Amino acid sequence: MDKIRTIISKEWAEVFKNRLVLFSVIFLPLLLVALPLVTLAITNGLDGGQINGGDEIPVAAALCEGLGEAECMEVYLLDLFALLFMILPVSIPVSIAAYSVVGEKSTHSLEPLLATPITTTELLAGKMLAAIIPAVVATWIAFLIYLIGVRFMVNSAVFSRVIDPLWLVAIFIVGPLLTVLSVCSAMMISSRVSDPRAAEQIASVVILPIILIVVGQSAGLLIIDRQLVILGAIVVFLIDILLVFLTINLFQRETILTRWK
Amino acid sequence: MIKMENLTKQFDGQLAVDRLSLEIAEGEVFAFLGPNGAGKTTTVRMLTSLITPTSGSAVVLNYKVGEDDQEIRRNVGILTETPGMYDRLSAYRNLYIYARLYEVLDPDKQVAKYLRWLGLWERRNDPVGTFSKGMRQKLAIARALIHEPKVLFLDEPTSGLDPESAKLVRDFVNELKGQGRTIFMCTHNLDEADRLCDRIAVFDTQLRVVDTPNGLRRQLYGRQVVIHLVQVREQEAALIRSMEFIEKVEVVKNKLVVTLSDPEIYNPQIIRRLVEAGAEIQFVGEVKHSLEDIYLQLVK
Repeated sequence: MDKIRTIISKEWAEVFKNRLVLFSVIFLPLLLVALPLVTLAITNGLDGGQINGGDEIPVAAALCEGLGEAECMEVYLLDLFALLFMILPVSIPVSIAAYSVVGEKSTHSLEPLLATPITTTELLAGKMLAAIIPAVVATWIAFLIYLIGVRFMVNSAVFSRVIDPLWLVAIFIVGPLLTVLSVCSAMMISSRVSDPRAAEQIASVVILPIILIVVGQSAGLLIIDRQLVILGAIVVFLIDILLVFLTINLFQRETILTRWK
Repeated sequence: MIKMENLTKQFDGQLAVDRLSLEIAEGEVFAFLGPNGAGKTTTVRMLTSLITPTSGSAVVLNYKVGEDDQEIRRNVGILTETPGMYDRLSAYRNLYIYARLYEVLDPDKQVAKYLRWLGLWERRNDPVGTFSKGMRQKLAIARALIHEPKVLFLDEPTSGLDPESAKLVRDFVNELKGQGRTIFMCTHNLDEADRLCDRIAVFDTQLRVVDTPNGLRRQLYGRQVVIHLVQVREQEAALIRSMEFIEKVEVVKNKLVVTLSDPEIYNPQIIRRLVEAGAEIQFVGEVKHSLEDIYLQLVK
């Protein structure tokens, strides 16, 4: 455990001295907090018909039983924004995890590190947690700030929809599971490529499915409900187990040291 | 302390190290000489359990490579070819991380000890990225020593350093030698190997030769004494040639270059005979062939 802690603190000390990484960890959560609150402020007082040019919002209508049009619009918007928070746990750790192995290799610090009595599992656990923890914490903090902001801007009927267990499960359970998925994918790529930038670019692809879900929901093609969230959590959990296993097994010390120039 | 038997490493069917058998005793400073791509770094990587041998065996500190890898890593130190420090972190933080990874009991004390010893204490809080090449190399040496290993592997310790920094590193190696540590050093610097090492192996995928620096000279050139005379006459050369222990005599300008097995015993007789024959001797000395001559001869 001590070695894992050492690796985590080393990674953080290095990563957070890189302003670009620090910016990516802080900026996106801030943006996702500011964006819905500003949108709510702008749309306050407008009803759903005014926003939508008079047309019904089919998806929103399905979600808004017992609410007025303006409230329904707010719920619809807030659902969309809540879903955007699922991008955070996937995107924040990518740059940290993608750099973790190939970065050490490019600066020649991997060999002395592998020469210490650290096991592959300890090394990877440290590196994974160093990417997972900031992503999860940043997502949770951003979501909590978002909730506090929303609380002051909508009435209690709308707010009760925002703190629906559906979103709490999504943010506090599916979010960390997605982070593990994102980190494992990025680390596997990082162990196989020879250029840190390539690692980051390839690893960024893992964000795409989340973006597709966001687009699907906003276009009315998909309704995120409790069943879907629970099913998603189970699927992502199973994928995570597989990816953790693969990440550890694909990390071949000898190959990384001798082949990837 | 270190024992290799037919140690072999292949990469995709290509031999990097071929049946290397060597023994290095406790406290010995051993130089591993060879051209680029000879397999020196591969050998060090096998002995430090970074990579596994294809065949053969190696034992380091009674731990078997490939079986007791964690113990080997715990008990040996390695200075890699490039320092590979964390540039954004301070010198102190760099060493502290490794002290923790090597399970050092009092990491702060140990880090302070080595930073002071290497003269880096005043710069301990500076990012390593601001250090000169020599300072980084010193820090890398400290990292290799932070857990007080009995066996130390140094891969090209003075490579790319200016003469002053290289001398500093050599001085450290000399100090480590004084502490009784076993040092296995890969180097291109023949003068360094000659000055620092007890034995030298010349290696190019296969072991070519292993001996003490003087042993290598003897093996290739025998021992030679040069006698400077005011004037060399043929009778003096003939006189020396007539002595039964003399292997060869050459006349080069006003010098006699005499090859013989044991100058310590036979030199007094040679000098006496020359003086009796009326030769006027200016200087007498042993011919020392540079290690470079020997090395080039062996890797040709």
